[in-house]
Amino acid sequence: MAKITYIEHTNKEHVVEVPNNMSVMEGAIQNNISGIDADCGGSMACATCHVYVDEKWFNKLEKKDEGEEDMLDMAYQPNKFSRLSCQLLVSDELDGLIVRMPSKQG
Amino acid sequence: MITTDVLIIGAGPTALFAVQQLGLIGLKAEVVDNLDKVGGQCSELYPDKPIYDIPAIPECTGETLTKNLMKQIEPFNTNFHLRERVEQLVKEGTKWKITTNKKKVFIAPNIIIAGGVGSFEPRKFPLKEAEKFEGSSVFYSIRDKKYFDKKKICIFGGGDSALDWSIELSKNSKVVLVHRRLEFRGIPKNIETVKKLEKDGKIEIETPYQINSIEGDNKIKAITIKDDKEKIKKIDTDYILGFFGLVMKLGPIAEWGLNLDKKHIPVNTENFQTNKEGIFAIGDISTYPGKLKLILSGFHEGALAARGCFKLARPNEKYRFEFTTTSKKIHERLGKKQT
Repeated sequence: MAKITYIEHTNKEHVVEVPNNMSVMEGAIQNNISGIDADCGGSMACATCHVYVDEKWFNKLEKKDEGEEDMLDMAYQPNKFSRLSCQLLVSDELDGLIVRMPSKQG
Repeated sequence: MITTDVLIIGAGPTALFAVQQLGLIGLKAEVVDNLDKVGGQCSELYPDKPIYDIPAIPECTGETLTKNLMKQIEPFNTNFHLRERVEQLVKEGTKWKITTNKKKVFIAPNIIIAGGVGSFEPRKFPLKEAEKFEGSSVFYSIRDKKYFDKKKICIFGGGDSALDWSIELSKNSKVVLVHRRLEFRGIPKNIETVKKLEKDGKIEIETPYQINSIEGDNKIKAITIKDDKEKIKKIDTDYILGFFGLVMKLGPIAEWGLNLDKKHIPVNTENFQTNKEGIFAIGDISTYPGKLKLILSGFHEGALAARGCFKLARPNEKYRFEFTTTSKKIHERLGKKQT
């Protein structure tokens, strides 16, 4: 279980507890947090669950694989802290994670 | 005007299997899809990625799955209306009148929406200014490459579309290729060609940069691009082209008076009918308690929706359940010889 803070582009914050082994994307969808669309349902095929991971957290996450980096080319305004939230698996180590959503997903 | 039993919106795997299920019970379908090919997300998003959860098929790619489904529906000689988007639905008596963006009209008692999460549209530049230049100096696809002859062009993107067009347009124009990171994700041959063209001075490559601003009044004069460290560069250009892949937009579906749950259409699980009689929704676009966004669920949903369509397509007949192994009628429909 990890407490995750999702921050919308309007700065609206949502702090929710997400069970282990769920993705950060699913944590947002199941809690009705807007800003993450996840059109493809988590198959790393659409780049609409794009988030900016908080700088302090970015290097603590497992590295993205090539497929995710490729997909991020399609994301809306990606930067060096961009990740696809469907690829971030929740574990106790992610307790306190902060992610920000872009102003739109597509 | 085309009259049919069922108009299917979308040509993904769920839609294709629905054609088969309809065909088996003697119903004719017409299929409309916005893309230029069948297969939906399977063809467009992951043609080469293996899928492991299609029953009895241990492993297959999206492309193979699509090909096999097309083979399976061959006996039904289905018409596909590709590169067309359904715009309008109007109820006329007991039937629906369906109009596409190309003004094609269908009359059908049933509509099955198998639209994934909507229709695919190109992803656009994140700048507001880009909108007003769209179609004059900002493009997301190329219809006539002659339009770009002897011009200055900036191409954005890191996949094969961006690379292909950079290679092609550099023959007659000055091309700058801009991409957000150092690596390109195209096929190795394309990447090699682009790198060689850069060495020969035929293409300029700017990485890792993204678009920052557009300058110009009626048409673009120049743009600026920015890297991760906020370093800004100005490029004089006539046109900018963006190849950022496709995004799914619900589009006109949102305007048909259907109940919506975010981007999904709630259905009953008896026949996958929506809140409108004669309009069914199956596959990723439909939602109900316990919904799984799997291709196999889409197949099941299509099978039940097909039976739902029967009632309205053949109001005076009674639907009789039959197995493909034994039904003579089904064998006839499949063009199989009687044994």
